[in-house]
Amino acid sequence: MNFSRRDTLALGAGALAMTMLPVQALAATGDDAIAEFTGGAEVMDGGVTLTAPEIAENGNTVPISVEAEGASAIMVLAMGNPTPGVATFNFGELAGSQSASTRIRLAGTQDVVAIAKMADGSFAKASKTVKVTIGGCGG
Amino acid sequence: MISRRDFLQVSMAASALYGASGFGNWAKLAAQQALTQDQLLEFDTFGNVSLIHVTDIHAQMKPIYFREPEINIGVGANKGAVPHVTGAEFRKLYGIEDGSPSHYALTYDDFTALGREYGKVGGLDRVATVINSIRADRPDALLLDGGDTWHGSYTCYHTEGQDMVNVMNALKPDAMTFHWEFTLGQDRVREIVADLPFDAMGQNIFDAMWDEPAAEFKPYEFYERGGVKIAVIGQAFPYMPIANPGWMFPDYSFGIRDENMQAMVDEVRGKGAELVVCLSHNGFDVDKKMASVVKGIDVILTGHTHDALPEPVLVGDTILIASGSNGKFVSRVDLDVREGKMMGFRHKLIPIFSDVIEPDADVAALIDEQRAPYKAELEEVIGETDDLLYRRGNFNGSWDDLICNALISERDADIAMSPGVRWGPSILPGQPITREDIWNVTSMTYPEAYRSEMTGEFIKVILEDVADNLFNPDPYYQQGGDMVRIGGMGYKIDVSKPQGARISDMTLLKTGEAIDPARSYVVAGWASVNEGTEGPQIWDVVESHIRKQGTIKLEENTSVKVSGI
Repeated sequence: MNFSRRDTLALGAGALAMTMLPVQALAATGDDAIAEFTGGAEVMDGGVTLTAPEIAENGNTVPISVEAEGASAIMVLAMGNPTPGVATFNFGELAGSQSASTRIRLAGTQDVVAIAKMADGSFAKASKTVKVTIGGCGG
Repeated sequence: MISRRDFLQVSMAASALYGASGFGNWAKLAAQQALTQDQLLEFDTFGNVSLIHVTDIHAQMKPIYFREPEINIGVGANKGAVPHVTGAEFRKLYGIEDGSPSHYALTYDDFTALGREYGKVGGLDRVATVINSIRADRPDALLLDGGDTWHGSYTCYHTEGQDMVNVMNALKPDAMTFHWEFTLGQDRVREIVADLPFDAMGQNIFDAMWDEPAAEFKPYEFYERGGVKIAVIGQAFPYMPIANPGWMFPDYSFGIRDENMQAMVDEVRGKGAELVVCLSHNGFDVDKKMASVVKGIDVILTGHTHDALPEPVLVGDTILIASGSNGKFVSRVDLDVREGKMMGFRHKLIPIFSDVIEPDADVAALIDEQRAPYKAELEEVIGETDDLLYRRGNFNGSWDDLICNALISERDADIAMSPGVRWGPSILPGQPITREDIWNVTSMTYPEAYRSEMTGEFIKVILEDVADNLFNPDPYYQQGGDMVRIGGMGYKIDVSKPQGARISDMTLLKTGEAIDPARSYVVAGWASVNEGTEGPQIWDVVESHIRKQGTIKLEENTSVKVSGI
């Protein structure tokens, strides 16, 4: 599986290791990827902050950031992309904060999802619809 | 909706917020049909702080006619809520008598007859008189400009905004935020902003490369007025690189960024702000949602969607003020701020009836000075009109029909597309159409009238895309323009459906045949956001068409059928 720069462009985020997991990227759908990440465990809403624009200024490079205090890993998915997996950020015990920023490419209007694996083994989720539009005609 | 009692009690934290609108007195003038400057400006000075709000002037320095929308559909939670109420329903809601000055100023119907009676509106020399009068009552009143100021006229285009900068500087604003200004190009914006004698602000104006606040614009500023520490936070138009050509200002990124707005509110409160004002170009429904998400804003001075509301709208503890467009209104908001809290307000939406309000002589001379080098070009009569020409409304206005007709005939096209912008004054039947009038509805820095082939399928994609920018039930996904105007083609739209399912029954008008998704059609349009668009400038296309017509007579446009309201 090839993860090219245009799929993911990682920007600096304090004290974290970013891994592109081939297993996740190979998952056929976003739901499959979530199931693999969580092992089928229940995912609760809340506990993760996902910041993304409501409407992308450029669908080819959409800035997003995720934060989940106390998380050991956060997986980011673009649910409507041909390859939904974007990245999984792993945080070691010495990480000063559990947050990361990156830019992602979106094939069209879709939900961006962040799933955090918490230290106690539970999972938390945040989701946001990002619109990719042709533009024009602003009043 | 705030009720029409002189005072009302609304529970607010530990205190009581009480407010009044000057609207009631104004409506009573209806019976007399006699309006004076003193009546328009009458205001019982209140509290310890005054805000003066102007917005979306679109470079209209001289008095104009401006017809408010007939069709303004609200969706989702805003269905049937102001500002999505028009005509007789609007008058009923606010107790406005038919035929009154407020009927003329705030609603669309009988516009021609009332326009002849009450005359033109606006003119920055009249606006100056109103501002001076407020400052006579309250010398340290804050004047805040919501943006869309350096765009929209012949002289503004030819001076790259300098005419408006010169005239606005004479009015001495304290702060300003932005939208169309950026279509002057980022270099020109930086050049003007560097010399502005007031604050240029927008907490959501970011550096595109680093996604951090842009250095040239402040997120907020503090003003000490009437013994009150006031923070004004700027909010520029969030969707600039999407609704307008992003290639003209590639270094900047925008967005609503309400989490950063909350951070700024918390920051200014932490620094001792007793009153937090947001000077916004979000659009009314976006501001309404933002007021429910972000805590701690006392007043949002709204802009962008050109709504004029005679009373504030209350969302939680935040009051929203809507001050119209094109120089037609000035809002005055007096506030009582004590013990670090907004305790009450008094508000008046002042209509600028240009025949009633005396022009300020200095500003009038300054305006004429800006126009003098272009006088002959501005005043040249190109044709005249038998019909009322207007634009504002969710679907085609008659100005747009005229522009679409010009595109189809001058560019030999099957279908025409004209952007659903909300600016552009109106022309009464029997009036001449000057070059200035044409520029008032077409002036922009990306005016090329393209001619290209599009498949029926792609035309539908465009309509669906623009419709979702207007009718998405979540205001944060609305860009604040109206529907793209179409000539040569009819369609049905169900505004209650999701994107992809709103548009149906697309019909090529000249043959009456259904649009074939697979077939290519020749489409002429203008205001493309794509770099490198080629074609003649739209004002030349429209001027040529009007010259050939001589007198404009338009057929009623019934080609768009709307449902799901």
